[in-house]
Amino acid sequence: MNTIPEQNFLTAEKGLKSWLTTLDHKRIGILYLISITFFFFVGGLFALMIRLELMFPQDEFFIKLDDFNQVFTLHGVIMIFLVIIPSVPAVLGNFVLPLQLGAKDVAFPRLNLASWYLYMFGASFALFSIFTGGVDTGWTFYAPYSTTIDRSVISMTMAVFIIGFSSIFTGLNFIVTIHKLRAPGMTWFRMPLFAWSIYATGILQVVATPVIGITVVLLVLERLLGIGIFDPTMGGDPVLFQHFFWFYSHPAVYIMILPGMGIISETITAMAHKNIFGYKAIAYSSLGIAFTSFLVWGHHMFVSGQSEFAAMVFSFLTFFVAIPSAIKVFNWIATLYKGSISLDTPMLYTFSFLILFTIGGLTGLFLGTLSVNVTLSDTYFVVAHFHYVMMGGSIIAFLAGLHYWWPKIWGRMYNEKLAKIACGMVFVGFNVTFISQFLLGLKGMPRRYATFTSEFAQLNGFSSWGAFLLGAGLLLTAIYLIHAVYKGKPAGNNPWGALTLEWTTSSPPPHNNFEKSPTAHYGPYDFDKIVVESTLDD
Amino acid sequence: MEASYSDRPKHLAHHFAESKQQYDSAKLGMWLFLLTEVLLFGGLFLAYSVFRAWYPETFVNANKELNVILGGLNTIVLITSSVTMALAIRSIQLDRKEATLKYLFVTLLFAFTFLVIKYFEYSHKFHEGQLPGKFYTFEGIDGTNPHIFFSVYFMMTGLHGLHILGGIGVITWMMIRVRKNEFSSQYYTPLELTGLYWHLVDMIWIYLFPMLYLIR
Repeated sequence: MNTIPEQNFLTAEKGLKSWLTTLDHKRIGILYLISITFFFFVGGLFALMIRLELMFPQDEFFIKLDDFNQVFTLHGVIMIFLVIIPSVPAVLGNFVLPLQLGAKDVAFPRLNLASWYLYMFGASFALFSIFTGGVDTGWTFYAPYSTTIDRSVISMTMAVFIIGFSSIFTGLNFIVTIHKLRAPGMTWFRMPLFAWSIYATGILQVVATPVIGITVVLLVLERLLGIGIFDPTMGGDPVLFQHFFWFYSHPAVYIMILPGMGIISETITAMAHKNIFGYKAIAYSSLGIAFTSFLVWGHHMFVSGQSEFAAMVFSFLTFFVAIPSAIKVFNWIATLYKGSISLDTPMLYTFSFLILFTIGGLTGLFLGTLSVNVTLSDTYFVVAHFHYVMMGGSIIAFLAGLHYWWPKIWGRMYNEKLAKIACGMVFVGFNVTFISQFLLGLKGMPRRYATFTSEFAQLNGFSSWGAFLLGAGLLLTAIYLIHAVYKGKPAGNNPWGALTLEWTTSSPPPHNNFEKSPTAHYGPYDFDKIVVESTLDD
Repeated sequence: MEASYSDRPKHLAHHFAESKQQYDSAKLGMWLFLLTEVLLFGGLFLAYSVFRAWYPETFVNANKELNVILGGLNTIVLITSSVTMALAIRSIQLDRKEATLKYLFVTLLFAFTFLVIKYFEYSHKFHEGQLPGKFYTFEGIDGTNPHIFFSVYFMMTGLHGLHILGGIGVITWMMIRVRKNEFSSQYYTPLELTGLYWHLVDMIWIYLFPMLYLIR
């Protein structure tokens, strides 16, 4: 029988104050988990409000036309800046990375806690904005609309600025941790691929995020002082804002997806009990994606009036992003070949990821093609595409990671039967929601419209029912995961029989992570050399 | 391999095995932070390039309104303050606490001198109505959209000025820590990182000065 060790990081100190002043990376990960989950459900409610309004063709079925723009804007801003960008690095990266490296903590524990406080501080600005007029600009805050409307734009963009710094500090912390705090024997190429992806993400966070910082500062100054640099009537240029914005926000797409890819590399090897196919190719492709992502921002602006030559170059470069992404997908599939595959919940989410991310990635090529883009621009095809990548990729990978590491975090297992049912609901609900939207986009339904004609009615209704199923699946997930924290069966140190270092310590880990500082004697996926049995009781 | 807790130096945090690892980590972290600063300013440098390419005449004419003497003086002030900062670090490496304090104090004086000179420059521009964007009322600069030049000027020098203010805060804090005997030749990492930051702020000015004051 497995038991929960009496001395672990959860019992090391007691009381709310011990949590709010903790320097333990594991506890900070949990603080992030709680706050991000809260905002995930807020953002999700906004999504359901959108789908409720769009269920039937009549106007103002559920929300007023004026409020509709607010609702989709808040859905976008919350989901992107408050949920997906911090999700995997700040929650799982914080909890798992030092354990995987065999370190006692991240390099700068105080900075780590400070970045959580910055996140909460920024989030409170976002909430303040919601209650004082909100924003209806879309999550992109395009000027000159955002600089002229009478709404709470300043506090929302300040939220983005502050949360941006939280993201920078997280990325900086992880880069230094990976460089300087690896356990003896943990060479760069013995590092788990999750650590590689967090490293590539860290580079993007550090290099791209300051640019959104200065962009929103300029936007705020434009509103406050009328500096005019985005205002065409004063000799400024609104397209300059779009360049600024996408110089950050395109790499931000990879801040969102790269850590998810890292999770998939972990779950797929652990669940197939097989060495990863093409370790170095996957590691380097993370860096390849990070590098290429800086050169393609113009593909968000094909219809903005940028020069045709620039558009051609951006379109051409966009196809290069597909190469490292495809390298990863093919290597994951090859890893499965002749593996001994367990179909536990993390693996089901991994399969979901492979299917959904591939669809999202391939439809990205449609949109990267200049001529096709002009037709599909601002239709539901775009909405469906980025939901396949952001939700089908990042969030599904996050769920895979949560289910994979949940027994490590709490020492307890969730109800596998419910988990599989919920995973099925999420997968089916997601596809029903967004395949409909691909079709709507192809038929020409524009995005961000609060109403539509009857020819789009059937597919919109279908999409809405899918969204409700998806929402129910996620709610069920939250319920059984929280239940597992208190009532789950003790899982033992290594429920999946995985080889990375975090599974060698107890579950939950002790305050200092390891009883004795570990040494990496073998690679993270050497399943051909070492056999580790699962510690789960049957 | 790890030192037992009794013979670990006081400054060594629990999650590092040895002082050198902690020092290297802090330094790498600081360089990454400086990289983010470069990119933060990078946005403004880009805006500068775009508008200078669009309105070359305006930039040439408007820059004549800037005071090269005061700008040049400030350049000298900042470069000298970088020297005194480097001397402060050298002094702590030699365990000369009094000299360290003295050099930090001089650095602080230079920082204030920079801000005072900047204040005179700014108040002259306020007086003339050479202000950013919609507040611009000055007449007498040939070229389209002269207010854009002053938008760029005030944003760049303003953000830089905020960094000087931040530097003043950090240097003051370092002086307090030196007085409390927290640093010695064995451990002076925070002081060295402050130096790195101060040199970066200095260097940004070295780019701003010719870009804004010396267009001909």
